[in-house]
Amino acid sequence: MDFPILSAVTFLPLAGAVLILLVRALTHSQSSEEVEDNRVLYAGLIFSVATFLVSIVMLLGFEIGGEGYQLVEEVAWYGDISYKMGVDGMSVTLILLTTLLTPISLVASIGSIKTRLTEYVVSFLVLETFMIGVFCALDLVVFYVFFEAGLIPMFIIIGVWGGIDRIYASFKFFLYTLLGSLFMLAAVVYMYLAAGTSDIVALEAYRFGWQDGSPWASPQTWLFLAFFASFAVKLPMWPVHTWLPDAHVQAPTAGSVILAGVLLKMGGYGLLRFSLPMFPEASLFFQPMVFVLSVIAIVYASLVAWRQTDMKKLIAYSSVAHMGFVTLGIFSFTEIGVQGAVFQMLSHGLISGALFLIVGVVYDRMHTREIEAYGGLVNKMPIYAALFMLFTMANVGLPGTSGFVGEILTMVGAFQASTWAAAGAALGVIFSAVYMLTLYRRTVFGEVTNPALETIEDTNTKELICLVPLAAGTLLLGVMPNLVFDVTRESSLRALQMLGGG
Amino acid sequence: MFDFEAVLTAMSPELWLAGAGLIGVLLGALLKDGFNGLSFLFGAAALIGAAILTGLNFDGGRAFDGLVETGPFVNVAKVVSYLAGAAALLMAEGFLKRDETARYEYALLVIFAALGMGMILSAANMMVLYLGIEMLSLSSYVLASFHRDSARSAEAGLKYFVLGALASGLLLYGISLVYGFTGSTAYADIASAEPQMGLLFGMVLMITGLAFKVSAAPMHVWTPDVYEGAPSPVVAFFATAPKMASMVVFAVIMFTAFPQAVAVENWQVIIGLIAAASMLIGAFGALQQTNLKRLLGYSSIANMGYALVAVAAGAEAGASALLIFMTAYVIASLGLFGGVLAMRRDGGMVEQISELSGLIQRRPALAVALTLLVISVSGFPLAVGFIGKLSVFEAGLEAGLLPLIIILVLSSVIAFGYYLRLILIMWVNDPIERFEPVDGMVTGTVYASAIACLGLFIFVAPLSDFAGSAAQSLLP
Repeated sequence: MDFPILSAVTFLPLAGAVLILLVRALTHSQSSEEVEDNRVLYAGLIFSVATFLVSIVMLLGFEIGGEGYQLVEEVAWYGDISYKMGVDGMSVTLILLTTLLTPISLVASIGSIKTRLTEYVVSFLVLETFMIGVFCALDLVVFYVFFEAGLIPMFIIIGVWGGIDRIYASFKFFLYTLLGSLFMLAAVVYMYLAAGTSDIVALEAYRFGWQDGSPWASPQTWLFLAFFASFAVKLPMWPVHTWLPDAHVQAPTAGSVILAGVLLKMGGYGLLRFSLPMFPEASLFFQPMVFVLSVIAIVYASLVAWRQTDMKKLIAYSSVAHMGFVTLGIFSFTEIGVQGAVFQMLSHGLISGALFLIVGVVYDRMHTREIEAYGGLVNKMPIYAALFMLFTMANVGLPGTSGFVGEILTMVGAFQASTWAAAGAALGVIFSAVYMLTLYRRTVFGEVTNPALETIEDTNTKELICLVPLAAGTLLLGVMPNLVFDVTRESSLRALQMLGGG
Repeated sequence: MFDFEAVLTAMSPELWLAGAGLIGVLLGALLKDGFNGLSFLFGAAALIGAAILTGLNFDGGRAFDGLVETGPFVNVAKVVSYLAGAAALLMAEGFLKRDETARYEYALLVIFAALGMGMILSAANMMVLYLGIEMLSLSSYVLASFHRDSARSAEAGLKYFVLGALASGLLLYGISLVYGFTGSTAYADIASAEPQMGLLFGMVLMITGLAFKVSAAPMHVWTPDVYEGAPSPVVAFFATAPKMASMVVFAVIMFTAFPQAVAVENWQVIIGLIAAASMLIGAFGALQQTNLKRLLGYSSIANMGYALVAVAAGAEAGASALLIFMTAYVIASLGLFGGVLAMRRDGGMVEQISELSGLIQRRPALAVALTLLVISVSGFPLAVGFIGKLSVFEAGLEAGLLPLIIILVLSSVIAFGYYLRLILIMWVNDPIERFEPVDGMVTGTVYASAIACLGLFIFVAPLSDFAGSAAQSLLP
């Protein structure tokens, strides 16, 4: 058997977390808690950077355009369930997104997180393991374990280092997601009993019962809905999105970056990995419903974003709208739409992550996220204003940035499936320009009205280290989207093939 | 002709326990208070010895003309119950010593309770079952009121006794009805009898009595009060060993004495209703609690509800799930009650949930272990409790109990509300002063159970294969 590179990427952060805990336990007696310094953050950073490098090695070992799942590892677990890992193009890109965003969020935490650093770093590293595991798992039960387990570290991150209403937000986040997931678990068990396996590859080939004409009597419908319940909450889709603004507003900056950058993507990933290939007829049947929900999400969330006075909440609602494009693209069942959806997930991971960092920059200085408190930042922080402008434009979907590619492709895909859906989504693009530009104008342009802003400093090196890679990624993917498409084409086509093959 | 060899293969652990109990009584009479210190080790050795003897005669056998019959299925329950009893006994010593109630009677009562568990698990006849249940219950009543100077403990003992006696009466009434309509008290004869109204009536009364023993709703009302009032080590015992034994006996009676199609149809509905009520009452009841022991009491009601889903699923689908679930539950419960025993401050025990505030900063290892145990008992991935719940899910779906599964899902989410609160308090709240150190047996049990929860999650194959093959023995 080859070197288990996927397990190495997945569990390296966890190993780091255990090591940090051990070192902490051994040195605990000498240092009291108050003098905990940033060293532990750097240690965590080393492990997450190492994970990033290992994930690059994994990418090199991955044959682009290759058939099916690659780098497969399999060890028997219990019953007929085995610990099976493997990646295709879609998962590779999402793993890279994860391993990129984790070190960035740790860098962003330097200086802004001052209490209980050990637990903080350990939570992030453990979370990284579970996130990567979700994208690697090729067994339904293993997938479920990773998918659920990630809730606990995120719960702790929001609950310990969050804002004033952090307890409420963390509970809401956890219980909302859990309710959806448990329905998925019931479906997982049903599938295991029906097909006699929980292997994802085998399940893709298995046809779950479907009767034309009586969808409500078909098991596939209910399986689809059970999975959809989980993924719709995770994405999140309207009307189960309400946990997201709370969670984002209360989470620390780095938590928001991971939440928007990676955790939301699990929903889209799940739809593509499970719903389409395994329940093709039900997916077709529910296409109109998903379209309606997506368009409502896009338009409604954009309008709500417009009215926000809190910067983070605005970006959170904009995430809901952008995730609407992802579902629209996936359920267009066209190559261009699905490719666009995968791209949009990746691009949104970079852009929304960056936007939360942008908010974090001024929040660290002023300790408020109220738009009212800002204005005229361009006079004091020119570099910041420039970066903010770039990500604003990317979020709006300006050509040349990655946001444009994702939005245009998903809309083209949706147009082929339903003109009305595409028209509704286009409305959302206009609104996104409205709220993003309003945000930008009110915070960056104009006169400096708030006297507290007189002494504000421009972005420092640490913040640039976080933002510049994301800016570069946004531009690079905007100009050369084929970098992603070449990798993901195979898996997108495969998902669609199974849809047609049913 | 008396076949002594058959008796040995069928119930050597019980003979051993009876002998140990009697020797213990003699030693107590001779050494008086001098036996107090040694008695706990003595009791633990007796229980561990019984577990080993069970393991040696794992395939079991028949004895006393079919009054007792053992097999792998019940022997798994015996081993787990005996070991859990031994662990609970060892944890008790330090606690009782500090309260100056570390008397040898405690260990002897645990031995006799264990003997009762062994008897009900071995029983193939209603009379043996009843004797065993009384043996277990009478020892338990005394244990619950073991703090004789404490009003709370006495109250707990009295409540347990009055309600327990009522439940025993119902059980006995059920047995007599069953006997009246079948002419026999042997499980095998009852199973082959023509099912008729009177028999079913007796069966329902028996279910009622058994539901009390496993603290399933609506016979659950004693649980939170007894959990709160009885001394913590006693609760650690109640929550683990007798739960495992009673639940498995519940299943054995349903599977072997009432396998007729008409009877199954009836008890499946009744047990389904009991399970649903337990899950919901356990989940909602615990939300309000501020006392950790009460909370764990409600949590056990909910968990018994989950286990009953496996019972309702029937022998074929549910037997192995029941073993996996209950084993996982017992391990996690032992650890959690170890956590309760570790909560000592200002010279006394504290029981409020808020006392766990910021534990992660004061005792990181203990907090991580307790978090893992809470995760396990809640059935969340990352600990063996998840495998248990998954098996129950599987059993329920296989048996087509969809409404029960939906209730299971909903009540799990509600239950998470309070499990999360525990994690939150340990991790998020501001720390308060450190717990006073407790003896290594208690913390050792907490760590060992946490490691077992994690280890059995990763390497679960032996456990599940084992439970699967043990469950096979139950099928005709």
